[in-house]
This record gives sequence, structure tokens and C-alpha cells, in this order.
Amino acid sequence: MQYRSKYNNPKPNRKLSLWEKLYLPEIARGLLTTIKHLFRPKFTRQYPEERWEAPAAFRGRPVLVMEENGQERCVACGLCSRVCPPLAIEVQASETDLLKERYPVRFEINMIRCIFCGFCEEVCPEEAIVMSKDYELVYRKYDDAIYGKDKLLTPKKDLKDRLEYLREMRNKT
Amino acid sequence: MPKVTIDGKEFEARDGQSVIQVALENGIDIPHFCWHPGLTVAGNCRMCLVDVEKIPKLSIACATTVSDGMVVHTQNEKALKAREDVMEFLLINHPLDCPICDEAGQCKLQDYAFSHSRGVSRFEEEKVHKEKRVPFGPTVLFDAERCISCSRCIRFGEEIAEQPVLTFIQRGDQVTIEPYPGTVLDNPYSMNVIDICPVGALTSRDFRFKARPWDMSFTETVCPHCARGCNIRVGTRDNQILRLEPRPNPNVNDFWMCDMGRLESYPPVNAETRISGAFLHHKKVSLDDAVQAIANALKKYRPEEIAFIASPYASVEDNFAFLEVAKSKSKIVGYFSHHAGENDKLLIRADRTPNAYGLKILGINEFDSTIKESLKTGKIKMIYALEDDFVSQGVLSLDKIEFFACHATNESKTTERADVILPAASWAEKEGVFVNFEGWAQRLNPAVETTHHVRGLDHMNQSRLDRFASKFDRWAQGRKIDALESWQLAEMVGIHLGMKTNHLYTEDVFEKASSSVAGLAGLSYEKIGSLGHPVAGIGKEIKMSFYREVYQQNTQDHAEILEMDIHAEA
Ligand code: SF4
Ligand code: SF4
Ligand code: SF4
Ligand code: SF4
Ligand code: FES
Repeated sequence: MQYRSKYNNPKPNRKLSLWEKLYLPEIARGLLTTIKHLFRPKFTRQYPEERWEAPAAFRGRPVLVMEENGQERCVACGLCSRVCPPLAIEVQASETDLLKERYPVRFEINMIRCIFCGFCEEVCPEEAIVMSKDYELVYRKYDDAIYGKDKLLTPKKDLKDRLEYLREMRNKT
Repeated sequence: MPKVTIDGKEFEARDGQSVIQVALENGIDIPHFCWHPGLTVAGNCRMCLVDVEKIPKLSIACATTVSDGMVVHTQNEKALKAREDVMEFLLINHPLDCPICDEAGQCKLQDYAFSHSRGVSRFEEEKVHKEKRVPFGPTVLFDAERCISCSRCIRFGEEIAEQPVLTFIQRGDQVTIEPYPGTVLDNPYSMNVIDICPVGALTSRDFRFKARPWDMSFTETVCPHCARGCNIRVGTRDNQILRLEPRPNPNVNDFWMCDMGRLESYPPVNAETRISGAFLHHKKVSLDDAVQAIANALKKYRPEEIAFIASPYASVEDNFAFLEVAKSKSKIVGYFSHHAGENDKLLIRADRTPNAYGLKILGINEFDSTIKESLKTGKIKMIYALEDDFVSQGVLSLDKIEFFACHATNESKTTERADVILPAASWAEKEGVFVNFEGWAQRLNPAVETTHHVRGLDHMNQSRLDRFASKFDRWAQGRKIDALESWQLAEMVGIHLGMKTNHLYTEDVFEKASSSVAGLAGLSYEKIGSLGHPVAGIGKEIKMSFYREVYQQNTQDHAEILEMDIHAEA
């Protein structure tokens, strides 16, 4: 019980003092708090005009890394799909003539299922799927929320921050 | 009867058994690559090393014959250490291919790397590179880097398929496998090497990369492609059959199946040509209307103008229910058999239908020439047939027939000519019993959902994907055919004719059949089980095989068991 927060659990049926019962002084106290904040620095922002650039450690929507030659890194091993707790990922593998033999003909992430846990990124043996900085996800139809390769493939250079961050983290352990 | 002690427990062994056989028989798993219960002992992988008391060095369990009083340790420090070393040795040049390798998830090397290796590699030099994607023949691709030189594939060719075309060439870390110059691996059983290869060195050209084993649902059933009735497992994903693999049964097919059965029996089930829903004069109508049309026609023609054609492709239950309807109307009941080629030495039968013996038991005979003649001359005006494409196979033409009704799974030359088509569930979508040419009754289980068979409700095997799919998931939108088992359709016709039949389950029909047909006496679904059972009058003993437990484990359960192990350790 000692963990109970004082905010969540105000004492029920507390007896109000006479001063509080007078009501007006409490209003004045509240107003004073508001006025104080008028002169403090702002911590809200004018979204969407003012945007927030996420740090590298941020887990935005998962994307697929696209190499300079326009090819995906993914070899369609299906591990991300296997590890994904809410089964958001579907991978359909197929054969390619390239050296790596295998590639995803279809790769879809259902962004309504995704819980941004980052397991897919962690399990991927190819560093082919990483968490991006994109947190702006809006859909009007259920089908719009299923992102295919067209929306997932992201040039490697746009993911530089995250890829460097991952490398740094890996070297730490 | 030698008595052996393995890991502190005493077991009774049979003369001439090897240590690994005794151990596996008694539920002690000794890791092994090259030993296979269906092949001779090669003893070249060294994975099965165990410590036998009074023998100074470790011995390989697969080639050590038990003797009375032998004391074997499979789990002592010496044996465990040796296994780790063998694994490390095998992994030195093994590529990091698991992400692109079809075997991943059912690979012995992968499993043992979890359970029997030190978990890290001390090898820092560059791995030896060899050829990848080498076609050995029309069905099999070889990856030399992944091969662990266990020689199972070579022995299979020599001992089982009798096409010894593969051999080792080079030596040391350069060793690889090649077909002899001018030969290809193309025997009718070639794809079994894919199943027995303990790693992903041999992959199926038909299956490559279609799905991960842990994403598929596996169903134990029977191959419908010839009278042998090999025991198989059907792998489906998203309600599509992706591959078939043999399931060991010492009474029927040992560990094997033929390529023809493996490659040709599943595409029709997935095909675009499937009949879904009932058709009257090639227009889709409700099932009831179509059944009514058949019943009306059966009432219209005189009994001697009607022929009933049963089918050796349909199950015992289907034919039994069909026969009940037929008997109430006409005397002309029979079937057409379909033969091709010759019986071979191993499995393949010339009779390319799975249930001709079942028809014999039910008392349905092949049409004789007088009836074949009267079918041609127009004496017979109406035919009602179970699923069988006899028109394409050229045994019958329907030119002189006024009214032709049939059950069918796929569009064909036969359905082209049909006045009424009722949609029949295919072999992969139904329960039922096939009796093979030796009188071995075996059960079919539904592997593919129809609109009437629901995976979750009908105790069908469910992969994780099948279990947790919602209707919004694109990976769960697989096609479902609107088809019923043939006995259900036949009984519907019967009901329209005023017969009183009200079976709910296929099992009920079989129960009725076994109580009224002498040849099926004493059989029940439970008795037939997953190994099959000889029908009455066939004095065969049932061979049990403990290797089934080891070699039959469902890849899907396997993945889940492994996962549980890992969680338990963590
Ligand atoms: S972030 Fe988590 S929930 Fe989202 S796709 Fe990856 S594994 Fe699945
Ligand atoms: S884990 Fe990586 S390589 Fe494997 S399918 Fe997912 S993204 Fe592709
Ligand atoms: S290809 Fe497979 S079965 Fe053949 S020797 Fe290599 S590992 Fe063994
Ligand atoms: S031998 Fe016959 S039953 Fe066995 S797999 Fe081949 S076709 Fe099927
Ligand atoms: S299994 Fe005994 S040496 Fe390979």
C-alpha cells in the first residue's frame, strides 16, 4: 500500500476547513497558478506547423531498409513475422536470381495491429527492418492501415541515425 | 535378450539392436544425423557418441550392437563434451544461411545447435565456399555449403530408390556431393531425399520458399493418388495446400512416398477449376434446387434406364451413402477403374485410385461389357455419378445420355456435359476411410477448410496464424470452397426421394456401414486411428513402430516444443 500515489488516491470524504468552504479564496489560488504559468516558458507546440524531430532511440513505425541500388535488404526469413506479438507482419517469400536467393514478394505491416515494441527490429538477422522516426499515422479505412512494400521501403540514408544508434547499442553489449 | 543399462535405467533389448535403437525405443533421445531407421548404418557423422563402460573411447550409438550387461551413459560429461565438439566441427564451414534456408525450423543442425553446442564459434577464418543452388534433377536442388556429408541421400539412392547416382567427391573440407557424370536424380522417389536430409542441403524445387514450417498447419491424412495410400502430412497456409510429406507407417509406406503423389495430388485442390456451389445446366443454383432436379429425374426414368456410377476416388462413406440411394432405384451400379503403368517394386501401384478395395467390400463391381454397351446404345437414359472424371479418361462417352448428374470437385470434360453438378469436397477437405489394395483401412482428415468445415470447430490442426487470424487480416483470406462431402450430397438426394437418412457426422455413416457390411465388421474410426487397420478377413498383424514418434513429429508442434524449451531455460 505504501506505493499508492497521492494523486490517484485523494482521501475520500476529507473534511473541508472553513477557509476552503468559503470557496472564493480557493478560486483566487487557482487563478494565481494559471497566471504564474503565463510567464513561464512554453512547453506545448503548434503542431502540425511546428514538428518534433524524434531522437534516434525513438520507436516510430517500423520500416524496411532500402539499399542504394533500390533493393530491399530483407531476405524474407519471416522471423519478424514470427516474433511480432500482435501478428502485425505478413511476409511472403519468393526466389530471386540475386546472390541472396530469397526476397519478399509481399511484405505487409498492419499498423493497427502494431504496438511499436521493436521486436521485429531486434530479431532481424539482416538489419533490414528498423524503427523509424515516423509517428504520424492516419488512416480513414482499415485497408489504408496495412502498409505494403511501397510505404515500408525507406532509403538507407534517411535511416542513418537509427542504423548508427543500433550499431552503438550492439557494441555496448 | 540382452539387458542394457542406459543412463541408469535397465532396458530389455532384442538381439542385434544397436544402442541408438534401444534408446529411442525407450524414449531416450540420442542426437544423430546420419543414422536413419529406414537406411543402413553409415556411422560417419559422429554425433551419436555415447560413453560405454569398459570401452576406453567413446562409441557411436548407431553402430554399437548391444550386449548383455552393457552400461551406457548418454549424458555424462565425456559424452556431452564430445557432442559439443562434433557440433563445433560441423559448424566450422556451415554458412549462416538459416534466414534463407527452407529447413529452418525443422533442421536437426539448428536444433542441436540449441541443445548440444557451446553456442559460440571460435572459428575466425573465412569459411570455405562451395556451390549453391545446384540442380540434381527436376525436383531437387542441392546446396553444397549446407551439406554435412551424412550420406543419407546417397544411401537412399542405393538402397531404396535403386538409382545410385549420387556420390561424394573431393575430401576434407572440400568434400561435396555430385551426380555421376551424365546422370540426374530423377527416380520416382527422388524427393524423399529432401525429407531425410537432416539439414537444408537438399530443397524441393516445387516448394522452395513458399512458407515457413511454423506458419503452416499440418494434417495427417492419406495420399489419394494410387492404391497404396501412403500416409502423409498436408502442410497448409492460408487454406492453401503448399506441400505434402510422408508420414511413417511400417504397414503401408515405411518412411516414403512417391514424387507423383507428392506433386500431382495437391494442385487440383488449390486449382481455379474447383466446383464451388451447385450447378443446374451450368447455371449456379441453390443446392436444394440442384438436388431436387436430380430427385425429379430419378423419379422420371424407369429403373432400367438409370445407371449409378460409384467412384474409387471417393471414400467408403461416400460410396456407402450413394449405394443406399442407388439400391432404392436401380440395379445398375458399378464403377470404372483407372490404371496406368505397372506396379513397381517399392510403392506405386498401377491402380491409380485410392479406394477400389473399399468398393469391393461394399459389393460394388466394375462395370461389365454388357452395361458398358448399353451405356453407349442409349438404353440407359440417365446417369448419376460420384466424383470421377471418366470422360477425359476415355472410358465412357455421354453422347446418348439424356440426363447426367454428377458430384465433382473440379471442372472437367465430365462436368462439361453434366446437367446437374453437385459440389463435392476433395480428398483434402473431408473425413472418410480409404481401403488400400492390401485391405488396409485408413482415415482421411480434413486439411483444408470449406464453407462447411471450420478449422477451429472441427478439431483441424491450427498454426498460430490460423488460430489468431481475424477477418481483417489479409493473410487469412484464403479461398473456401462451398462443397460438401459426397455422402452428404447423396443423402440429400435420398431425402428428396423419401428415404430416411439423417447422419450428422461422417463417423456415423461409417458406423452404419461397418454394422451392415461384412467386410467392415468390427472397424471404427477409433480402431483405425492414425496407423490404419486391416479390414475383416485380412489376417495381417499391425506393425507398430516407435520411430513414428521420433520421425513423425509435426514440424509445427516441434517448433512450439522447442520454443517452450527455450522459455523454460530462460
Ligand atoms: S514493432 Fe512490434 S508490433 Fe510493430 S511490427 Fe514490429 S514486432 Fe510487430
Ligand atoms: S526479420 Fe528481417 S530479413 Fe527476416 S523477414 Fe523480417 S525484415 Fe526480412
Ligand atoms: S545432402 Fe543432406 S542428406 Fe545428403 S549428405 Fe548432405 S546433409 Fe546428408
Ligand atoms: S505410391 Fe501411391 S499412395 Fe504413395 S505417394 Fe505415390 S501415389 Fe501416393
Ligand atoms: S548417427 Fe551415429 S555416426 Fe551418425
